[in-house]
Amino acid sequence: MSPLATSLLTILGMAAATYASRAAGLVLMSRVTPGPRMQRFMRAIPGAILASIIAPSALNSGPAEALATAATALAAWRFRNLPLAMVVGVAAVLGLRQLTF
Amino acid sequence: MNIPPTLPKGRLPFSISGAAAGFKACVPVALGVAVYGVLYGLLARQKGLSLVEAQSMSLLVFAGASQLIALDLWSPNLPVFSLIATTFIVNLRHVLMGAALAPQLLRLSAPRAFGSLFFMTDESWAVTLARLTHDRRRGAATDGAYLIGAGLAVYVFWNVSTALGHVLVRGLDDPARYGLDFAFTAVFTALLVGLRPQKADTLPLAAAVLAALATARLCPGKWYILAGALAGGFTAALIPGGGAAAGDAAGAKATATTRLESPDIEEAKP
Repeated sequence: MSPLATSLLTILGMAAATYASRAAGLVLMSRVTPGPRMQRFMRAIPGAILASIIAPSALNSGPAEALATAATALAAWRFRNLPLAMVVGVAAVLGLRQLTF
Repeated sequence: MNIPPTLPKGRLPFSISGAAAGFKACVPVALGVAVYGVLYGLLARQKGLSLVEAQSMSLLVFAGASQLIALDLWSPNLPVFSLIATTFIVNLRHVLMGAALAPQLLRLSAPRAFGSLFFMTDESWAVTLARLTHDRRRGAATDGAYLIGAGLAVYVFWNVSTALGHVLVRGLDDPARYGLDFAFTAVFTALLVGLRPQKADTLPLAAAVLAALATARLCPGKWYILAGALAGGFTAALIPGGGAAAGDAAGAKATATTRLESPDIEEAKP
């Protein structure tokens, strides 16, 4: 097999693996009727995923990131506007990194 | 807090305007994705992937973290199996994300639901979830095409930026210089605040944060998201309701239904 064919087949395999992960949750949930425990589990998932995505970058990177996360949260809570909160966060981290370095 | 515990059943509308709303809401986040698309294209070229290879990966795999990790593993003698296995493992978090959207997706035809899922990324999932919970709080249904609209915004920006990074860009090798590495943390923080977590969510969220921090220290890649999600989910499952109102099963259920459901992060406003 030519190198290009091999790499394109590998990419197809990666695509199939990714799509399987995207489709699996719906396939599972369409077969199972969740009981109360399962419902509590599922309801906690969105918040838990968001908190987990944030945690290392917010709490394990340094004071600039931790403070900028707090500033972002405050802006999001006050203005309820996603792009604005994003701009506040990026500006805050840029400024705070200047200070802490 | 008067939320109907169950939504009316039946098929959801799946309209162009619903998709357009999702697309528009996701554009600011997709701009942040594009920074990493440029970086991916640039690194792919440096790793010796042709434009066809780099672009096929962005078009077909369409998953930023696993594509960047794949570049790391990419070598002249391709480790085919570990590339595919790593991709699957890095993307396991999608299983929980798809499951969380199941109540909405089960109200679409299978082709629409499974077609929408092809475009589901961390970003479009979170933006859609914010919209769903916002609408549900008002007792309204969300257009079924919102998820695919949001996903298409990320798809377009990711693929255009891949090409730009591969062909044009010579200098953007460090998004941190412009604070852009923080854009995702900011977006996901805002979306979490938009869910307005209640007292009863404290323990699950704390468990998620602790598990994510510990896992991020111990394992490379994106395992920490899956670990944190599972820790939060199991904590919530084991601690019924929480708070005085949740004495019985019905109370616990009502608490669970009302808490994580009131995001007020609106879409991009001009």
